[in-house]
Amino acid sequence: MKKLSARRRHPLAAVVVLLLALAATGGLYAAFAPAGKAQADETAQSLAIDEGKKLYTVGCASCHGTGGQGTTDGPSLVGVGSAAVDFQVGTGRMPAQQPGAQVPKKKVIYTQAEIDQLAAYVASLGAGPITPNDKQVDPAGADVAKGGELFRNNCAQCHNFTGKGGALTKGKYAPDLEGVSPKHIYEAMQTGPQSMPSFPDTTMPEQQKKDIIAYIQTVNGEETASPGGLELGGLGPVSEGLFAWIFGLGALVAIAIWVAAHTAKAKKS
Amino acid sequence: MSSQQIPEDNLPVVQETAHGAVEGTDDPFADPGLPAHKPRIQDLDERAANRSERAVAFMFVLSMLSTVGFIAAYVIFPVDKIVYIWPFGHVSALNFSLGLTLGFALFFIGAGAVHWARTLMSDVEVPAERHPIEAPAEVKAQVMADFKAGAQESAIGRRKLIRTTLFGALALVPLSGVVLLRDLGPLPEKKLRSTLWAKGKLLVNMNTMEPLRPEHVAVGSLTFAMPEGLEEDAHDFQSQIAKAALMIVRIEPDDIKDKRQRDWAHEGIVAFSKICTHVGCPISLYEQQTHHVLCPCHQSTFDLSDGARVIFGPAGHPLPQLRIGVNSEGNLEALGDFDEPVGPSFWERG
Amino acid sequence: MSTETTTPSAGQAGQRKAPAGERVADWADGRLGIYGLAKANMRKIFPDHWSFMLGEVALYSFIIIILTGVYLTLFFQPSMNEVVYHGPYEPMQGIRMSEAYASTLKISFEVRGGLLVRQIHHWAALIFLAGMFVHMMRVFFTGAFRKPREVNWLFGFLLFVLGMFTGFTGYSLPDDLLSGTGVRFTQGAILSVPIVGTYISMFLFGGEFPGHDFVARFYSIHILLLPGIMLGLLVAHLILVFYHKHTQFAGPGKTNKNVVGMPLLPVYMAKAGGFFFLVFGIIAIISAIATINPIWALGPYRPDQVSTGAQPDWYMGFAEGLVRVMPGWEIVFWGHTLNLGVFIPLVLFGLVLSLPAVYPFLESWITGDKREHHILDRPRNAPTRTALGVAWITAYFIGLVGGGNDLWATHFHLSLNAISWFVRIFFFAGPVIAFIVTKRICLGLQRRDRDKVLHGRETGIIKRLPHGEFVEIHEPLSPGQLHTLTAHEQYKPVELGPEVDENGVKRKISPVQKVRAKLSKGYFGENNQIAKPTAEEYKEISEGHGHH
Repeated sequence: MKKLSARRRHPLAAVVVLLLALAATGGLYAAFAPAGKAQADETAQSLAIDEGKKLYTVGCASCHGTGGQGTTDGPSLVGVGSAAVDFQVGTGRMPAQQPGAQVPKKKVIYTQAEIDQLAAYVASLGAGPITPNDKQVDPAGADVAKGGELFRNNCAQCHNFTGKGGALTKGKYAPDLEGVSPKHIYEAMQTGPQSMPSFPDTTMPEQQKKDIIAYIQTVNGEETASPGGLELGGLGPVSEGLFAWIFGLGALVAIAIWVAAHTAKAKKS
Repeated sequence: MSSQQIPEDNLPVVQETAHGAVEGTDDPFADPGLPAHKPRIQDLDERAANRSERAVAFMFVLSMLSTVGFIAAYVIFPVDKIVYIWPFGHVSALNFSLGLTLGFALFFIGAGAVHWARTLMSDVEVPAERHPIEAPAEVKAQVMADFKAGAQESAIGRRKLIRTTLFGALALVPLSGVVLLRDLGPLPEKKLRSTLWAKGKLLVNMNTMEPLRPEHVAVGSLTFAMPEGLEEDAHDFQSQIAKAALMIVRIEPDDIKDKRQRDWAHEGIVAFSKICTHVGCPISLYEQQTHHVLCPCHQSTFDLSDGARVIFGPAGHPLPQLRIGVNSEGNLEALGDFDEPVGPSFWERG
Repeated sequence: MSTETTTPSAGQAGQRKAPAGERVADWADGRLGIYGLAKANMRKIFPDHWSFMLGEVALYSFIIIILTGVYLTLFFQPSMNEVVYHGPYEPMQGIRMSEAYASTLKISFEVRGGLLVRQIHHWAALIFLAGMFVHMMRVFFTGAFRKPREVNWLFGFLLFVLGMFTGFTGYSLPDDLLSGTGVRFTQGAILSVPIVGTYISMFLFGGEFPGHDFVARFYSIHILLLPGIMLGLLVAHLILVFYHKHTQFAGPGKTNKNVVGMPLLPVYMAKAGGFFFLVFGIIAIISAIATINPIWALGPYRPDQVSTGAQPDWYMGFAEGLVRVMPGWEIVFWGHTLNLGVFIPLVLFGLVLSLPAVYPFLESWITGDKREHHILDRPRNAPTRTALGVAWITAYFIGLVGGGNDLWATHFHLSLNAISWFVRIFFFAGPVIAFIVTKRICLGLQRRDRDKVLHGRETGIIKRLPHGEFVEIHEPLSPGQLHTLTAHEQYKPVELGPEVDENGVKRKISPVQKVRAKLSKGYFGENNQIAKPTAEEYKEISEGHGHH
């Protein structure tokens, strides 16, 4: 320290300080500014974080803690990333009505802009999966058959052959995937919400996620063909058995009653 | 066991009076006999009968039209044409039209025939006599006598050597058929005790077909792996993957309760057999929050943070764990085969 | 070929030439003796009741299954050779699969009408089993299994069991992911059999699971072995129905020595023949509007893949339920493993299933009744039998709930584990409750019948008497109704007799006899049936009090 204070009156000290200051500023900028983004974005981002923090304090902090560190009612959000927030809030699962084994999907109460702000805030707490852009989740041109194979290998065990959902332990369940947007399917695979394990890009690359999305949209969408007729929930032999008993045997018994019944007799005149 | 232990008068009286009113009895519950036949409208009114005839003929004509419709549908609709029909959804036009036309063609033949029987054929109920199933005593005596005579003539009772050897021959001859079944399959030997896993075999990610590296496997993720060298087009792929399929998860080492499990893991990366120990379903409903894994077939539940022990359901023992490590290139590798047979238990498992 | 017979008749001058149909019949009679057969059967009498047609539902479904099954064999390839799919169904493009699965896809998407025939085949199979089930219940609850029909009851029972396995082998043939999972279960269950399990598994699958053989082997079992046996049993079943003549409900003019109804020709020819077309028509319409087993959505079988909601067809659901709720018991001893978690449900399945088979013999032992019975019981008039039947059905359906426990969980927002526990408890408790409740209902209905006989039918007309009292007018029953409601038999419970004989020596009563006396009391003792009204009681009331 003595040496430093002895030299601060040195004629070149001002130059050195200036250089150091410039380097620090530039370095910080280089470190923080995303490539190709203007300064305006930077401020927008920090603005979004601020707005997100306000929303967070009102809607989320009671369970997840004021700093996202988690409480007994809700897990820590540090490092879950913006994709997790976009999924949980974007599908209406969060904010939860009550803590429980499973938080169900419900009406979304935030606008997409608010969700983005919340996501930005939570992402600022620690690095995690980033909300995918439209191009990343677009299933156009993906390999549906490959997606089907991946789906049967990784997803069908919980979500059923065509994504109709299924039961887990103790009242938990894997939801039906019909009508879930490609982005949310992608985010679910990326982040592993609730009971679901994650399928990160390291083990399931982006292209494979697209294939899976394409498969789900093909076999479990509004326009999905069911050539044989009523799909009966797509649940397999249980609903088929019920249908056979109720409508098949039911109709045949009704007919048998008609066949065996006495024909109306003439009224006595 | 025999009926003579119960006196006959203990049994209720069976209604055996022939049809026809029982005259002169004062039993209020006596069988009044078959009620008189009441005519139907069609029996009295020729116009009603004609209406019925037309109705029957109409149904038969509908059936004919339906068959024509069936052939038309077969010709008109391409096999892959999908149409939206409320409330059935997007269905195959061909299946829908063929099924309905065939259904109606058949249904109206049946409906016409039944309507005909119900309205125009005689509906006078008539009785038919039953005769006891048991043969009368003299018939039985005759049969017994015949049988005795036959047996006598064959001398089977006297010539015991013939009888004994005949039974012996008849008892042995089906054995040929049993012996012939031997080549249905190989003997079990030790086949169920080993899998393709061996020391140094890399864990191949079944999504990417690339060797897995520890840094690929995140906490809370689920990955499936198969042994290096197993190709999907291999002749015995199905039988091999049925034993070798592997489920890989990563758990914080501190959360792993079982010491051996921790030792056999690599930095919390644990590899368990994907084949349920109950009846062999691929088990993989992994709940990453609780580390429970559920079998979709019979709901056996295993705790992957505690040596995969069974916490619910019909499975009898934990999922076997594969001991894994990292090779010099930083890839995950097996440190040997499973130390116990994978999949369902069997008698020789021990 | 009929020249031989027609020439002489044509040559007989002056005689009317017989119509062609008659000449053909003559020809056939000369070789087959058809006139003798027709004499006995052409005007055979069949009674009318809707419940007597449930067996026909099963019979006709079986015929439909055979017809459609033959068609399917023309296109299906029972082979496990692997091929890469290049057909029209996009989500399977380029996927490896067995020829069995590929040919099933082809039947569904490329053969015109193939999908329809597949769906008819499968729907008919479900309805066949359901039809047999309700037919068996009808026979059980009306006591139609009693002498002389016990053997036919066993034939019917065997048909049901064989039908289950024929259905199961057929379900396995497309080699899709769902059925393959079912086959895997079968293999695991076979492995659990002590001592020989591993050998049976190796022989059945030609080596380790899944191997390359099971589709071809199941195919010959499914299309040849089991249906062949079933066809034989079915013919025997029908011959016996003809031979015994049909049972009938009690009623005026109906006795144990006759059968009242309408003749086979023409009424039953038209009704039963017409009913075949009706059944076929309904199943075709169902196949037009409702998908069954959409194998294209399931994917080809891979032993390392699975889907949730993996269930067998309904008739195997009972076994599935038992397996699902069984606790995981496993015993290891002297180097051997006994997988009780699988083996006990397997044995239990067989035991519960075979209870109905032995029941007729049990009941005839208890009643000691060796006479023929052609008049059916109303279920209420055999309260213990009815209650036992309902208890069995209850156990069966609780097993079915267990078989679908995951879908119950998701659709009723329940915990899977809670449903398993429910089934574990109520598989035992449910039948007991059902037994008690059913018996009480039966006894209540018996009391009502008794009241009806003694006091007449409640007309709902209220009359005010001169002194102001209101009474409901009871209309006396017709003689026919009186007869119908009192025609049922009532057994007396077996008495063991005094403990000591007339000489004061203690009689030897075997424990078997004691059990039998207990059971007999349970069936026919006090409080287990309501004594039907006697003629004396009826006369006293109808003459003493007037008729309200």
